[in-house]
Amino acid sequence: MKKVLPVFWLCLVLAFIYLPILILAVYSFTDATMVGTEVSGLTFQNYINLFANEELRDMIVGTFVLAIVVSCIATVLGTLGAIGAHYSKRLPKTLINGANEIPVVNADIVTAFSVCVLLIILLGINKDTFVPLVIGQVVLCAPFVFLAVKPKLTQMDNSLYEAALDLGATPSQALWKVVLPQLIPGIVSGFMLSFTLSLDDYFITTYTKPSSFDTISTYVFNATKGSQTEIKTALWALSTVIFLVVVAAVIVTNVVSRRHKEER
Amino acid sequence: MKAITLNRKHLCIPYAAFLILFVILPLLVVLYYAFTNATGEFTLENFISFFSNTNTIGTLFYSLALGIVTTVCCLLIAYPTAYLLARGKFKKRSVLLMLFVTPMWINFTLRITALKEILSLIEGNIAQYPFLNSVIGMTYDFLPFMILPLYTCLLKLDTSLLEAASDLGADKATVFLKVTLPLSVPGIVSGVTMVLLPSMTNYVVLDMLYNSTYIMGSLIGSYFSAYDWHNGSMIALILLVIIFLITLATNRFSDDESSSRGAIL
Repeated sequence: MKKVLPVFWLCLVLAFIYLPILILAVYSFTDATMVGTEVSGLTFQNYINLFANEELRDMIVGTFVLAIVVSCIATVLGTLGAIGAHYSKRLPKTLINGANEIPVVNADIVTAFSVCVLLIILLGINKDTFVPLVIGQVVLCAPFVFLAVKPKLTQMDNSLYEAALDLGATPSQALWKVVLPQLIPGIVSGFMLSFTLSLDDYFITTYTKPSSFDTISTYVFNATKGSQTEIKTALWALSTVIFLVVVAAVIVTNVVSRRHKEER
Repeated sequence: MKAITLNRKHLCIPYAAFLILFVILPLLVVLYYAFTNATGEFTLENFISFFSNTNTIGTLFYSLALGIVTTVCCLLIAYPTAYLLARGKFKKRSVLLMLFVTPMWINFTLRITALKEILSLIEGNIAQYPFLNSVIGMTYDFLPFMILPLYTCLLKLDTSLLEAASDLGADKATVFLKVTLPLSVPGIVSGVTMVLLPSMTNYVVLDMLYNSTYIMGSLIGSYFSAYDWHNGSMIALILLVIIFLITLATNRFSDDESSSRGAIL
């Protein structure tokens, strides 16, 4: 009896989180154009439209390519920054940590607007080169890589690095073969975080993107303004596909990490 | 030995340069634009026009109200949830937590699309209750960002302190109010910083729900589409001041490890 209330509460919150997504998923397999209207038949038409429509396909591919490019740059910059800052003296360390916090606490729209004003208005860089977009998104992502790697550096055993040097490794070898492997978990989670931030970003993209390019966020936003029901219901299918991919990814990571634990 | 230390330290030069060029410099440019006019002369006009216009002042207060109400709603939903997840006797706690934070990985515009369909179904015309729906939309969007830091904070809470309190005669309510709650303040603070500001500025959520918005973010958006960089910069600057004040107010409560959005992974 005592456990009923907590379970009820958790179910309630889960319902709030998942019901909209699930209802939309159900409707994505029907020919209805609005949730709640009468359904006359089941169909995969929305999924066919999603994958057949060239505009939609380009937009999805573009979003993922951008996210990969941005995450790679952000991961390299953020990791190097974290390593360098870790070994720096107090003052430069504090300065870098402080500057790193700015994009983290700042509202995305302020970051987006300021980057846009500097790069596009003041320096006149052409949006169509993708340079402002990539820089803008790296500004958003790199600080999180920095924050993900930082704790791994403080937990690291410094004597291993010294030992490598004593055993004849050059400093760069020691860094590459001893320090870096210890940071891998932080680097990986930083990369993943960058990837999801880039996928989810609306503001920086919309302020710095080439006019002919769209990511999922900007595309969905503009599509809700339009009246094309075919696009609208195809996006229901997209939402369902992404939901299933995310759920699959979560299950796989859970299974893999459990195997990992069992092996130990 | 000197060459080695120089070597390692210098790794941060690219990142430091990046931060100066693309984080600090843009903010200085915004500061410059906020206090100049189209011909580049120094002016307080943008500042005065913001604070003398009832529309913009109204927007500021509306955003503050929306941000605060959303944050309180998120906190009221997230705290019991995080508490039950972290302290409840559930098997497979991490799987359960995953269930609650998975939506973070689904694009927010798609989630809001789903929410909009459901709200239209329940209420008919969503635009009838703009404030209520804004709060629902923002809460729906940002709830996982409140649950996660609270969960991390409550999970690492030292249980022996709770046992000590009840051994010393405190009843359950007292233990919660005098021990658990104060110790979870860092979690609350990082949750609040992750929800308050975005819910004051993320006009996309509102725009998608009913095509019109009255929050600070949309002001920047409208100046942006009107190519008015100077007034837009003034709004950005005002938001920066608000951010600075929030950070200042919360800084002494936050502990380093679970600070802000860094707690996500």
